[in-house]
Amino acid sequence: MIDLHGYGPRLLEGALVTIELAVLSLILAIFLGLLTASAKMSRSWLLHRVGTLYTTIIRGVPDLVLMMLLFFGGQIGINMITDWLYDQFNIDIFININEFVAGVFTIGLIFGAYMGETFRGAFLAVDSGQIEAGRAYGMTQSLVFRRIRFPLMMRHALPGLSNNWMVLLKTTALVSVIGLSDMVRVAAEASKATREPFTFMIIVGIVYLLIASVSEWGFARLQKHYDTGHAEAN
Amino acid sequence: MTFKKILSLGVLGTAMVAATANAEVRDIRIAVDVPYEPMEYRTPDGELTGFDIDLGNALCAEVGIQCEWVVQGWDGIIPGLMARKYDVIMSSMTINDQRREKVLFSDPYITPPSAWFGPADSAVETPDTDALKGMTVGVQRGTLQDNYATDLYGDVADINRYATADDMVLDMDSGRLDIVFLDYPIGKSTLLDSDAGNYRVIGEQITEPKEYFGDGFGMAFRQRDEDLANAFNEALVTLKDNGTYEEIYTTYFGE
Amino acid sequence: MDALMNGLEQLLAGNSIFTLQTLGYYGEGLVTTVQLVFLSLLIGLVLAIPLSIGRGAKRAWIRLPIFFFCYVFRGTPLLVQLYLIYYGVVFVDGIQDTWLWLILEKPFVPALVAFTLNTAAYTTEIFRGAIKSTPKGEIEAARAYGMSQRLMMRRIVMPSAFRRALPAYGNEVIFMLHASAIASVVTIMDLTGAARFVYARFYAPFDAFFFAAAIYLCLTFAILYFFRYLEKKLLAHLKPATG
Repeated sequence: MIDLHGYGPRLLEGALVTIELAVLSLILAIFLGLLTASAKMSRSWLLHRVGTLYTTIIRGVPDLVLMMLLFFGGQIGINMITDWLYDQFNIDIFININEFVAGVFTIGLIFGAYMGETFRGAFLAVDSGQIEAGRAYGMTQSLVFRRIRFPLMMRHALPGLSNNWMVLLKTTALVSVIGLSDMVRVAAEASKATREPFTFMIIVGIVYLLIASVSEWGFARLQKHYDTGHAEAN
Repeated sequence: MTFKKILSLGVLGTAMVAATANAEVRDIRIAVDVPYEPMEYRTPDGELTGFDIDLGNALCAEVGIQCEWVVQGWDGIIPGLMARKYDVIMSSMTINDQRREKVLFSDPYITPPSAWFGPADSAVETPDTDALKGMTVGVQRGTLQDNYATDLYGDVADINRYATADDMVLDMDSGRLDIVFLDYPIGKSTLLDSDAGNYRVIGEQITEPKEYFGDGFGMAFRQRDEDLANAFNEALVTLKDNGTYEEIYTTYFGE
Repeated sequence: MDALMNGLEQLLAGNSIFTLQTLGYYGEGLVTTVQLVFLSLLIGLVLAIPLSIGRGAKRAWIRLPIFFFCYVFRGTPLLVQLYLIYYGVVFVDGIQDTWLWLILEKPFVPALVAFTLNTAAYTTEIFRGAIKSTPKGEIEAARAYGMSQRLMMRRIVMPSAFRRALPAYGNEVIFMLHASAIASVVTIMDLTGAARFVYARFYAPFDAFFFAAAIYLCLTFAILYFFRYLEKKLLAHLKPATG
């Protein structure tokens, strides 16, 4: 058996942090992605511009730099506001951006931009005839979205979504650099303390591959679900 | 655990309110960067310990407040104080003018020198511009040793900056670094004592110029927390008078 | 030159963060970043060409190791790969006594190795996809001309696959530029390393990281336009005809 020098439990905790971080960021990213896609498809000139600016900047700056900017800078930015509140009204509020929150926000923000592109393409791929059919049945706008646009869009969005998820999962490793005890950081600490880099880093690598394989399987099932009615059409 | 994290995530929307009565001395949080043996480090089971930790706890007891320790990486430690992530820094921080612009310091509670450390067979005897030419020098990012080495030898030597003292020791062990520049007690504990015979101090211990090496280690407060700083200064005087300080000092540095 | 420096000094007067010294760090950081990214992409590309052909080989002992290599390097974070290579080489017994240590001692080469292997894995998959999607007609035409397998690969399949891979490869180049930011973790003073230095010394996160972010943004745009130009030149024949 491999000797983990007592780091086993912390490594497991780290793996949980990685998964929590990835899932919460994914939820935020999907939410932002839907918003961005709508903004980019909207008739409003301003919304369109804002959406484009957001995706351009996010895709132009490294994840790590954005993360440091938000983690180190974001706190000071928020404090400028709370300091002002304190000075003006003697209200002492403290909003803490810890490593976890900074991680979720940055990763969510980054992948929101990529999701936006995925969703936009998928919405455009939905056959407008289906939507018209829904309207003809007297469905409300929101019902059309829930029953027709969204499920049809998901079919087209899933491959991109699954791809983004795989990249997102690996991006979570960067939070170890700003100090969050995810599994990469625990492994780095453990390998420095025990002088056995291979043991811990290889375990972490295998866990990443495992998560990726499980999610690949999950996405394949989802795809099957959303492919209902298209099965024969390859 | 998950629930708590989701809660803290919701914080931006709802704002976690730390209710306080003004001006009164309240429970405080103290930031510390580990490991920095023997000043602050963890025991194998994860407990914080070290000179700063023991002295800090004794000071808090003397002032009569509850203190909670928060671990924070060095390169974000002053921004974190200004950002009110915690109220005090007690983490082997040297008092100097550059930092005085940002924070309010207590009186110094210990004044250790800095020193160069290298392999026992190092060819360097007196670290100066000639001797360090072409060498790879290790420092911890954002420390006064970083500033000093960068300003004096940045042009002739490669300066490698590390996030923690541990990283530096690892690269020293592997032979990637020729020489490192550290607070003397830390180098003594991590290089001389734990790896006996392989390393030695190179040249004199350094305390000058004051512009870099300042006036010893102090606790750092936000500028506006003058009352808190004064309370700690008074407590320090008491602990030195009643022998508690001496006791803690002996535990970590011997006689 | 002196006049220029004087002018610059005047411009920077009264600014405690962006001095000639820190700008120098950013400048050197930019050079390091560009070197690191360019070299790893170049070597990675050279490696990826035979790998992508081998990836589709009929013999399992060629195909499977390449598949495994791609699977591992694409499935794990680059940071983990970097840690493994940087700290791992140290524990190879006696490496400090060989000539290899001369190049592995500095952090640049271990980082370069990690980045190169990573981009080689991604590029292999990109080329593999492009080779697989070669139009049947092109292959049949080549066969009809009596070309050998090898000649067909060289003259027909690869050139057309390169063109089709171009947009995806452009993304990979930008991805590598962004991924290179983690080089600062192993003490390399790249652009991000310079920003972290300035941040830690002056406690000025906004100035330090915004400045680096702006430079990265410019680099990204330069790459984007370069690839758009290439696509325009090389993929002109694929454009829909305009009246």
